[in-house]
Amino acid sequence: MDVIVFALLNGTIYGLLLFMMSSGLTLIFSMMGVLNFAHASFYMLGAYLAYTVAEASTFWAALFLAPVLVGLLGMAVERWGLRKVHANGHVAELLFTFGLVYVIDELVKIVWGRTAVNYRVPEELNFPLMTLFGADFPAYRAFILVVAAAMLGALWFILNRTRAGTVIRAALVEPDMVGCLGHNVPAIFMSVFGIGCALAGLAGVIGGNTFITDPAMAAQMGPIVFVVVVLGGLGSLAGAFMAAMLIGYLQTAAISIDWSMADIFAAAGVTEATEFGRISVASLSTAIPFLLLVLVLIARPSGLMGARES
Amino acid sequence: MIADATSRADMRLDPEAGRASPVLPFGVLVAVLLLIPALDLSRSTLTLLNHCGIAMVFALSYNMLLGKAGMLSFGHAVYFGLAGFFCLHLLGWIGEGGAFGSFPVFFLPVAGFAVGALAGAVIGWPSCRRSGTPFAMISLGVAELVAALAYMFDSAFGGEMGVSGDRMVGPELLGLSLGPVQEVYWFVAFWTVAGCAGMHAFSRTPLGRLSEAARDNAQRVQYVGYDPARVRYLVFIFAGAFAGMAGGMAAVQDEIITIDALSLAPSGAILIATFVGGVRHFWGPVLGAVLMTWMESNLSDYSEAWLLYLGVAFILVVIYAPEGLAGAVAGAWRLARSADRARMAPVLALRLAGAGCMTAALVVTVEAAMRWSSGHGETFAPLGVPLPHDAPATWIAAVVPAAAGLALLRRARRIEETRT
Repeated sequence: MDVIVFALLNGTIYGLLLFMMSSGLTLIFSMMGVLNFAHASFYMLGAYLAYTVAEASTFWAALFLAPVLVGLLGMAVERWGLRKVHANGHVAELLFTFGLVYVIDELVKIVWGRTAVNYRVPEELNFPLMTLFGADFPAYRAFILVVAAAMLGALWFILNRTRAGTVIRAALVEPDMVGCLGHNVPAIFMSVFGIGCALAGLAGVIGGNTFITDPAMAAQMGPIVFVVVVLGGLGSLAGAFMAAMLIGYLQTAAISIDWSMADIFAAAGVTEATEFGRISVASLSTAIPFLLLVLVLIARPSGLMGARES
Repeated sequence: MIADATSRADMRLDPEAGRASPVLPFGVLVAVLLLIPALDLSRSTLTLLNHCGIAMVFALSYNMLLGKAGMLSFGHAVYFGLAGFFCLHLLGWIGEGGAFGSFPVFFLPVAGFAVGALAGAVIGWPSCRRSGTPFAMISLGVAELVAALAYMFDSAFGGEMGVSGDRMVGPELLGLSLGPVQEVYWFVAFWTVAGCAGMHAFSRTPLGRLSEAARDNAQRVQYVGYDPARVRYLVFIFAGAFAGMAGGMAAVQDEIITIDALSLAPSGAILIATFVGGVRHFWGPVLGAVLMTWMESNLSDYSEAWLLYLGVAFILVVIYAPEGLAGAVAGAWRLARSADRARMAPVLALRLAGAGCMTAALVVTVEAAMRWSSGHGETFAPLGVPLPHDAPATWIAAVVPAAAGLALLRRARRIEETRT
């Protein structure tokens, strides 16, 4: 029972963090057709900037300042980089962001060093919120839940209930028409790219101290986030949400299950004596997102909620 | 429409494609390969050249996907690596004698070819149904999956240690024992030429032509009666096979392979090498592979931040020279023969000078900053002039060339604009 409750709680938090990153990626993709390969690098920048700001002032300042800085950086990248390669097609845009991964990785190593920085959970939130089945549930985890839920709500509200959101959704499907109506479409693109990066930065601010803030965090997170958006169906926010939660629960559940292949396939005669039998479910957790991707794509090539077939 | 990666701009075809005779470049390649041993090079140089040959075959196989079929893959090293692992196991089996005892090591790349094709056939089946961005992301996921699974099966992949072998086993062929690196050189040279010739021939087959058609206009290919997904799948199998061939060559050359060889890092490296070399020209990836191999072995010793330079160079090529080095060479050649070479020469000279200044500024900034942050207490001292991070001289050495470079580049653009 306690295992299930903790797996559910931690899975929800991990899934929401994944969605926070993949929502920005999905927004950018559905509007500009660009899959921002450097998205996880902006996540990493968010964590590092939050560390620096938190060292200089407080975590609360970092919570607002770091995503804004990352967003501004993203806008600059769009304005002076992506826009130039736009004429050369989507592959060129993807390649541009691919090169950006190397540059951001190395710059982070130069500025903050090659080892992990000590980005801690703020003192105000560093206490056990409640005790469940004899184990503490940290308050910071609840805080992540609140921030992610607030971000989700705000995103939904802006996209569906405000004038700016209407323009963005219109520019998504009919960019030329929106331009004809007098809106500055390049500026919309730039701000959407910035907002998407800021969301990744926010995920970095609250994810960086939950996990670990080191130069490898982008390479660790990146492939999983791309799996989430492809699994959900490229360009679908609802699909990305489903995929993020699915991966969040599955990965967390796999870590907390103390089984090996021999236990699962005992009926088929697999024993601990074979190499396959010794593989534990927990060690499979890193492969789960990618396994899921391949399995889903065999059954549904366009992903869970993907409508467009390329 | 949005997810379709091949936009109109990708459709510019090389006007000389299909017409250029392959005799001259192949003649040059063979002549160079035959002349190199006469130079009596050191063992380390020969090893570097061997790696160049392997990278050339690998990059050309990658370009079958990226350049010819328009398929951007982030996991091409999977086929290279899987074949490499198989070939090292095969080396072991040859050494044990038995059923494989009479298999000549010289033909190991053939085994790699078969394993690469098999891996391509299995993995390509779910992934080639999509094109463009989804295909790219699937290839990334597959690469991560294979690497993650490889760490679980130590008997096949050797865990952290990798798999190693001994190439001096089995029957000798052509009197090559493959022991000294000089003899491995002949082995690599033979298979490099064979691989290049094979892939060049493939680009002339109906399937090779169809893959280019499916890249430019998949709908039209379908209309004519072919299935673009099937074309992509077949090309994918061949690309995997040639990558596997390179893996077999690497197995003989290095006698060791680790799981890193099939991870994302070498996949990304071969993507960069191929694109920087130029995907629209058959020989572009060869240029890129040689440059990349040389940089990997030399620049990485010189600077800890060489990946930063690589990233910056790659981004610049993507923005300003999407045709890559081969495109730049072809452009310069066309310009040298055209009527307005006198008009464009100063623009080109200004551009080169400007780029040189910018490079100098970048190097000074990065190297000074890197040494300051690494905390080893070293100081960047180019040409014997120490440039610590807090000295005004360093700031001048960084800012002045940057400003000069910007001014030169702007001037070049203005001249070009006023004259056209």
